[in-house]
Amino acid sequence: MSNSDRFSLSMRLFHWGMAALVLSMVAAGLLMVTSLQPWQLTLLNIHKAFGVMAILLVTARLINRLRHEPPALPHELADWQKTVAKASHWLLYILLFAMPVSGYLMQYFAGRPVDVFGWFRLPAALQVDIHYYALFRELHGWLAVVLIGLIALHIGAALHHHFIRKDDVLKSML
Amino acid sequence: MRTLYLALLLAPAVSFGADAPPKVSAQQFVNLQQGNSAFPGFRRAHAKGICISGEFRVNGQLADYSQASLFKAGSTPFIGRLSIAGNNPTAPDLKAPVRSMALSFASSRTEQWRLAMNTPPVMAVADPHTFYQQIQAIQAGPAAIKQFFADHPESDEFRAWAAQYQPSGSFAAETYHSINAFYLVNTDGKQQAVRWAMRPTVAVPATESDRDNALQQEIAARIAAGEVVFDWVFTLADPSDDETNPTKAWPDNRQQITAGQLVLTGTTPQLEGDCHAINFDPLVLPVGVKATADPILRARSAAYAESYRRRAKEQLQGALEGSNNE
Repeated sequence: MSNSDRFSLSMRLFHWGMAALVLSMVAAGLLMVTSLQPWQLTLLNIHKAFGVMAILLVTARLINRLRHEPPALPHELADWQKTVAKASHWLLYILLFAMPVSGYLMQYFAGRPVDVFGWFRLPAALQVDIHYYALFRELHGWLAVVLIGLIALHIGAALHHHFIRKDDVLKSML
Repeated sequence: MRTLYLALLLAPAVSFGADAPPKVSAQQFVNLQQGNSAFPGFRRAHAKGICISGEFRVNGQLADYSQASLFKAGSTPFIGRLSIAGNNPTAPDLKAPVRSMALSFASSRTEQWRLAMNTPPVMAVADPHTFYQQIQAIQAGPAAIKQFFADHPESDEFRAWAAQYQPSGSFAAETYHSINAFYLVNTDGKQQAVRWAMRPTVAVPATESDRDNALQQEIAARIAAGEVVFDWVFTLADPSDDETNPTKAWPDNRQQITAGQLVLTGTTPQLEGDCHAINFDPLVLPVGVKATADPILRARSAAYAESYRRRAKEQLQGALEGSNNE
């Protein structure tokens, strides 16, 4: 496999770093909205702080993505498959922005400043707005469901390329 | 020696297995609180209340213990809520066993503080899963709650309080306790475990009334006639006190510091006031105040959030349109 068949090192680092971050945040999110255990508060605070990191990371990643050409998709893929692949990748980017933004806005309108590891705090509304809170709270939940579905599709497609089509798509990200 | 070591190793597992109640989720907890017929758009617990507003006039005595700007100087406005326990927003005020005061200080965009206080100084139980069983017992009736208390000796102090507690004739004449302990943190990073109480400055004898809104009408009239004042008193724990156990009060001789006066100057029916939108989650804390490891305290964020999410969604869907406070 030549170098041009592979994602650049920076793109691979962003991909796997954010994969770990996003999967742990999804797991933390699902746990913290149900658990009454003493660690719930700690998990909640970590989830919010990591959300702030996530939006910084995805911004840097998007800039990096626009400056690098990803390897071409295999020629033998049908046009519709190429379209789905590209659309799902851009949809993932949109969700990686929409998740932290909706998460922050629900905190903002609930009047809860977000503390980032005690280093600094993001501002919150001085007057709580329960309508906007409800809107962004429900949006955050629904976007999470779409994100989980897309991640499943993404992983499924990568495994399909590797084990069934036996092409270099998965290897290009390793 | 080896036997002892093994016994020590196994003791936590054994006692955990023997005593631990089944773990419940935030959703199960709020389901139990709201009962079979939820009131859409209203809080699942302490559904009936009245909005209050006013200011906290600080005296500066707590500034050495916490860097929260609230304790430095001057006065900080608040929005708050006086409420009664229960899931019914139209329940008769005088029938509720517990009365509450909640406060929200929005000192700045990055510093907010929510407080949720009740008339009992301690909890009957020390963890949320046992608390769930206590609520089940309360719902099941007097025999079940009697049995529950008999099975839970940690409820002794709560029962002693309940036995001597005489409800007053006014929200203005109750003492409201933080119940859970928190840490104050000063600019040097030094931590001090505290509990606090809002202590009344008036005494009002109990009243006989068959009006459902007796307490709300009384406090609205009282505040309309003049300021209602509470002393905000902090109790400082000794190193020997357990700040993680909400069932045990600390000894009476612990140092107490009055941080200032809480002055109530206005009331508004809850659906017309600013307090209705607020989730009074006591874990929204300013820099300078931290949560202890108290398991009840640490369960509150998730449970409050679930109740808040449900009613916020219902309100978005129009649940309260056309509602009034009657």
